[in-house]
Amino acid sequence: MESGLAILGRRGVEFITKLGGIFLLLGRFIVSLKDLFRSFRLFVNQVYLLGVQSLPVIVIIAIFVGAVAAWQAAYQFKFIGAPLRYLGQAVGKAVVIELAPVLSAIVFAGRVGAGVTAELGTMRVTEQIDALESMGINPVRYLVMPRVLACVLMVPFLVVFANFIAVIGGLIVSVIGVDVSVEMFMNGFKSSFKMGDFINGLIKAAVFGLTIGVVGCYEGFNTNGGAQGVGRATTTSVVISTVMILILNFIFAVILFRI
Amino acid sequence: MAESLIDIVGVHKSFGPQEVLRGIDLSITPGESIVIIGQSGCGKSVLLKHLIRLIEPDEGTVRFDGQDIAGFKGRELAEFRRRFGMLFQSAALFDSMTVEENVGIGLVEAHRHTHEEVAQIVEQCLEVVGLSHARQKYPSELSGGMRKRVGMARAIAGEPGVLLYDEPTTGLDPITSDMINDLIVTLNEKLHVTSVAVTHDMKSAFKIADRIVMLYQGKVQIDGSPQQIKETDDPVVRQFIAGSSVGPIQVG
Repeated sequence: MESGLAILGRRGVEFITKLGGIFLLLGRFIVSLKDLFRSFRLFVNQVYLLGVQSLPVIVIIAIFVGAVAAWQAAYQFKFIGAPLRYLGQAVGKAVVIELAPVLSAIVFAGRVGAGVTAELGTMRVTEQIDALESMGINPVRYLVMPRVLACVLMVPFLVVFANFIAVIGGLIVSVIGVDVSVEMFMNGFKSSFKMGDFINGLIKAAVFGLTIGVVGCYEGFNTNGGAQGVGRATTTSVVISTVMILILNFIFAVILFRI
Repeated sequence: MAESLIDIVGVHKSFGPQEVLRGIDLSITPGESIVIIGQSGCGKSVLLKHLIRLIEPDEGTVRFDGQDIAGFKGRELAEFRRRFGMLFQSAALFDSMTVEENVGIGLVEAHRHTHEEVAQIVEQCLEVVGLSHARQKYPSELSGGMRKRVGMARAIAGEPGVLLYDEPTTGLDPITSDMINDLIVTLNEKLHVTSVAVTHDMKSAFKIADRIVMLYQGKVQIDGSPQQIKETDDPVVRQFIAGSSVGPIQVG
């Protein structure tokens, strides 16, 4: 029977091995960018599959995120007696700085991260990745680079949409449910909008995209054990990506928004 | 004796606590058709994958044309691998591609041929395996035997010098198996390649081999011509050929 300390030690070694493997794959991804031209068609295909096809779900999420942000802000305003002309400001700040980048990234991790891991994991257990290698095709260039690069570019792209749609969602709820005029909401939003916040949100989104792509590909590449292994890798991929998004988000908050 | 093309020297390989290969020494000469036999899980496929460095040994070396393949990197490794064609156990066709895209992918990615040339080579390879009519189909629309034939067409598309077959007849009915065996013999004769096949199908082994090597407990148990294998007194080999559950080989 393994002792508690031995289990802790084994898990520690596994964690460090995994982290090392993820950074190694990140390095190989960066090196493979020199061959972008050769894999451009594959990259464009992934932009469509991972990014453009994620738009509908991001739009739905963003509408309700904006709506609930407005509703909850109005509820708090009422509680502390704050004037409703600041509602647009509160919703705008919350959406642009935090809600749109973080929630879009988490939804993306669930949809795309899981999909990438399941696809590459299935390719691994059915020897398709071995087949690529046997033909002298570098699987990092052929499979990883187009997917990770698409994630890096498409999460910010989706966040731009999510910002816009979430503010509209907040506006609709404010006008219909809270009795704030369109003009009042937009004036509040405009008065607090800073291009810096918006850019910071996109930078965060790109880093989240990189995390989702690299973790998703790493877990897929290291899948073993058939269908059960693919399921396990997919779950691990989503869990790691989500936790890393939240940890990185905190680090960004501390670095970018000094109190 | 002819100079060897591939030399496997003292190869050991473990996966976790399981020691699969325990010191394999084997030389393969150009043009020969060698078949590696052994029980399921004895490390045959692992050994085959060592030949193109899909798996690296824990100990020992694999040499190709006298060069240690562990030293190949980047382009050199890709070029080395293109000298081989491999048929995988489950054919390992790319699900998202049609049959012709599967066969042509190695050529397209090698960037040595025009699109027209690739199309022509793909057509010729599919003709060799008798699947010209299935060009536009997806792997999910093919039977097991057809998938293996597409895998063979893909393996020969790059005009390799060495063909590797991982369990070419596993999972196929006897008639389709025999057809695959005939195809392997035909390809070996037509293309004058060196071939290494891994199988536990003795009928297939005797049909395609110039030389048979049996792995047992991670080592080479016997290495000889099909005739020598048939006539050996080694009880391990005899039990395996007879397919008997009684004998020194214990089924775990």
